[in-house]
Amino acid sequence: MRQSNTYILIFAAGLTIIVGGLLSTTSVVLKPLQDKQVELDTKKKILSAVMEVSSIKYPDEILRVYAENISSYVVDFQGNLVEKDAKGIDIVAEKINVAKNSKLPKEERMYPVFQAINGDQAYIFPMYGQGLWDWISGFIALEGDLNTVKAITFDHKTETPGLGARIADLEIQERYVGKKIYDASGTLRSIDMVKGEKGLPLNDHHVDGMSGATMTSKGVNAMLRKYLESYGNFISKTRQGSKVASW
Amino acid sequence: MSTETLEQEEAVLIKEKPSEPFLSKRRKKFISDPLIDDNPISIQVLGICSALAVTVKMEPTLTMAIAVTAVIVFSNLIISLIRDFIPNRIRIIVQLAIIAALVTLVSEILKAYYYDMFKVLGAYVGLIITNCIVMGRLEAFAMANKPYDSILDGLGSGFGYAWIILVVAFFRELLGSGSIFDFKIFAAIGWSGFPTNGLMVDSIGAFMILGILIWIQRSKTGYVEAH
Repeated sequence: MRQSNTYILIFAAGLTIIVGGLLSTTSVVLKPLQDKQVELDTKKKILSAVMEVSSIKYPDEILRVYAENISSYVVDFQGNLVEKDAKGIDIVAEKINVAKNSKLPKEERMYPVFQAINGDQAYIFPMYGQGLWDWISGFIALEGDLNTVKAITFDHKTETPGLGARIADLEIQERYVGKKIYDASGTLRSIDMVKGEKGLPLNDHHVDGMSGATMTSKGVNAMLRKYLESYGNFISKTRQGSKVASW
Repeated sequence: MSTETLEQEEAVLIKEKPSEPFLSKRRKKFISDPLIDDNPISIQVLGICSALAVTVKMEPTLTMAIAVTAVIVFSNLIISLIRDFIPNRIRIIVQLAIIAALVTLVSEILKAYYYDMFKVLGAYVGLIITNCIVMGRLEAFAMANKPYDSILDGLGSGFGYAWIILVVAFFRELLGSGSIFDFKIFAAIGWSGFPTNGLMVDSIGAFMILGILIWIQRSKTGYVEAH
């Protein structure tokens, strides 16, 4: 009986229904929790660009600190504030899917800006691009002059551990601190990671490379350039508004 | 008179089916064998890919060890419970479906409660499905043994896997990052200039430590692979 085709079919169908049901139930039940974790993770990353967050243990504490210190809004390519989408619904900067947005032409994208309002001025922009194997993403925090890098964080999906995955290490990210994105004449130069890792001091627009991870660093360079260009209008408008004198 | 017959009947019953102690010698072997003598990694050389991939640091390794042990134990239990109903011709597919479902569960739970860990382990949790230890135990043990024995067997194999990858991770994190469970151990004892070894962060480091481990173990047990 256990070898008959009918039994096999019924068994397989039963198994599929039970396993499928179990998995979809779990997925539905855990979805809100997972969404909250993603939100928490995003806010943590934004905060970590301007302050030390690793000492904060409780999730609610992070949300509170975030609400106190970060003001977020969305601008378009021209640098104008966007408050409602095409359907008239309020836009929430944290809910903007940077990954999806990066596939649109740059004029149509939404650009979230996270501004540190307490203490030192800082503007934080999200970034998204392609590494060697899959997506890479990050946040760049600029000082109040909108030129000097205050901090940078990178994340990745599956860059090679020990090589490209090092972009997620503090050691690499600290190399960007203090670098400038514009040169003295006000032209966007972005910051490029050079090929090879020599540990040499480099100029304002270059950082030391990652040995064995040239493809990943090319992805990082392209991502930085793309987003700094896209935020260019916002940056120049903000500067004019706040009358920042020196470049 | 009547009580006497009852007692006699009971005695006969017990004689026919002596109940095995909860942890009899035979059952203890299910747990102790895979730890050293029949270790899934160092003797059977299974599950090497994950042993290499996740052992850069102790914390993700511990999570991975717990996840793999949980998957082995529960899949062993489930397969053992339904072993008399599984049609022989599709048994591998059934085993895979059970493993895949459990692994997906683990991954979803990690994502909901330990998101940071989920990001670190990422694809490797999903790859537990392809960990040969899990399927090996199902096919070799759970298909032919009772549920309780299968749980013990799963625990044994899980622990055998766990301690090896934890040892590998200990040395990789210590030498590669100069820390244990992210605690900067060399900086704490005042040696802040400890030269971390980049090789240990690479998979190559895991190969070397694993090789040394297997070498030490086999020189002690005298185990030689059959040709």
